[in-house]
Amino acid sequence: MDILLQQLINGVTLGAVYALVALGYTMVYGIIGLINFAHGEVVMIGAMVAFTVITSLAAHTQLPPLLILLIGLVVAAPTCMLLGYGLERLAYRPLRHAPRLTPLITAIGMSIVLQNVAMIIWGRNYINFPQMIDKTSYHIGNALITNVQVAILFLSALTMVGLMWLVYRTKLGTAMRATAQDQMVAGLMGVNINRVIAAAFVIGSALAALAGLMVGTYYEIAHYQMGFMLGLKAFTAAVLGGIGNLAGAMAGGLLLGIIEALGAGYIGDLTGGFLGSHYQDIFAFFVLITVLVFRPSGLLGERVGERA
Amino acid sequence: MKTKGNFMGIPGPAWLGVALVAAALLVLPYVAGMAGTAWVRILNFAILYVFLALGLNIVVGFAGLLDLGYIAFYAVGAYLYALLASPHFDIHWPFWAILPLGAALACVFGVLLGAPTLKLRGDYLAIVTLGFGEIIRIFLNNLNAPINVTNGAQGITLIDPLSVGEFKFSTTSTLFGLTITGPQKYYYFLVVVAVLVVILNLRLQNSRIGRAWEAIREDETAARAIGINTRNVKLLAFAMGASFGGIAGGMFSAMQGFVSPESFSLLESIMVLSMVVLGGMGHIPGVILGAVLLTFLPEVLRYGVEPAQRFLFGRSVIDPESLRMLIFGLALVLVMRFRPAGLWPSRLRKRELTTEVTP
Repeated sequence: MDILLQQLINGVTLGAVYALVALGYTMVYGIIGLINFAHGEVVMIGAMVAFTVITSLAAHTQLPPLLILLIGLVVAAPTCMLLGYGLERLAYRPLRHAPRLTPLITAIGMSIVLQNVAMIIWGRNYINFPQMIDKTSYHIGNALITNVQVAILFLSALTMVGLMWLVYRTKLGTAMRATAQDQMVAGLMGVNINRVIAAAFVIGSALAALAGLMVGTYYEIAHYQMGFMLGLKAFTAAVLGGIGNLAGAMAGGLLLGIIEALGAGYIGDLTGGFLGSHYQDIFAFFVLITVLVFRPSGLLGERVGERA
Repeated sequence: MKTKGNFMGIPGPAWLGVALVAAALLVLPYVAGMAGTAWVRILNFAILYVFLALGLNIVVGFAGLLDLGYIAFYAVGAYLYALLASPHFDIHWPFWAILPLGAALACVFGVLLGAPTLKLRGDYLAIVTLGFGEIIRIFLNNLNAPINVTNGAQGITLIDPLSVGEFKFSTTSTLFGLTITGPQKYYYFLVVVAVLVVILNLRLQNSRIGRAWEAIREDETAARAIGINTRNVKLLAFAMGASFGGIAGGMFSAMQGFVSPESFSLLESIMVLSMVVLGGMGHIPGVILGAVLLTFLPEVLRYGVEPAQRFLFGRSVIDPESLRMLIFGLALVLVMRFRPAGLWPSRLRKRELTTEVTP
């Protein structure tokens, strides 16, 4: 088997998920300069809600599996969107003029709250995601790609194209970009700042729900703490690509996924067996630090000026 | 921008207050001891967290550099103590040799982290420090092969307690007819060190370096323009903050007798950061308040939530562990919501917040 190609395929799949989550971070950051620490938890809630819907539908109805998955998404996405809106409304909007670190702490607080709410509802154990799609594998050269992977890649690509269209071709997108450039002036031009910011949270949360469903179906497992590491990685990806930059988040996500997969596959050989595959997280962070040392604003980020 | 004041910024009559606080600190472990030794231990942890919060306050509060991997330095200090004073390598050095060494090593790590990241600003710095913290934790978790250095996820056990000659800090003994338990001894030791640390911090804040940090925090470009060597001063902030963490780590090791990578997760870094911000960033009394409150709140909830549930509903409705963290998270949100500058901000900060609206 071709290990390089195989790890590339796995890495791109993982990277696509990272990219979806990273987009949520980057949109919010680009507009109000806030690290939405609770975003990973939104992904988790998305996965959990989808899980509940899918298992109960699979147990009680005879609907086709794909339709069940779709219903899972259709329920999870609005839930997450509502959650994202609530987060913005309750935890961030009142603090928009507070010192920079204050909303970070409320974000952390909300993250703790959401995790524990999830634990109360779904328990503290790992949840087995029902296998809705019969796995089939296709050969690409000497490597395998599953239909789940294909679906993840296709869906994320489609979503990202959709997002790009939204941001660059619609009135709302224009308003978002204007707000990102200068909130006050955008407001003077008649942009409803509050609505634009809320929209960024809502759209990001919808992407998060999709990502949550994807992670659940891909790994066939969910846990109330799954959002933490996923969010961390996605945020890393967003920074890697240049935070606040949509294309950067996508590139960063894919890159991080590939680096992780290759790192896990090759780190043993690279270090002569000294470091094993459990060091894969180190690889990701090490690359991040190296990139930032040479490009302090990320791969595609613009040079940040003085921030007041 | 110096606050008006006498020695160490404390006006004359306030020395009475200082004396009262000192008396309170002296009897506190016995009061807590009446509620159970567990509370004395919690008290000790509160002091450890005061150390950590003050150390992080130098980096975040004074110099304005957001550090999300601060716990790494705590880990470095803790593991150094664990390795040099336990049966793991069968080395048993005395604590007064290891604690300074731990501070020094943490300081080196601080510079190691600071040097390549000086160019980064704001949130980019935050994510790099976060990555650094995770790297340290992952190494601690996995450095049991091929050479067993950290004993992996199991951690290191049977770490020597603090001891001076035959006087051991871990056991109960009688001094001048007064029974004093192990945790109480640690308490007094910690309080003495804590007082020194607080004084050091107060002096530091009003020193040339302290003012340089403040200048960098407010406007780095302007600070450089008035002749502050921003690179060195920022490195100094990292190094100083780190060495506080290193010392705290060493004492944590000695007190617990056990360390494992689990104690040094990102959540712990976030906790310490919450203490700093919740208390009042850059304001030493506020930071101390934040550390003490956030150490006690989860513990009080641990003991209070279950009886409260039984009283209200007659049975345990929600898993008490999640309920307690739920309340904790909500408390974080609410406090920041209604006191955005922290519970006890410095006067300067408060004024900034009420008069100026930053875009």
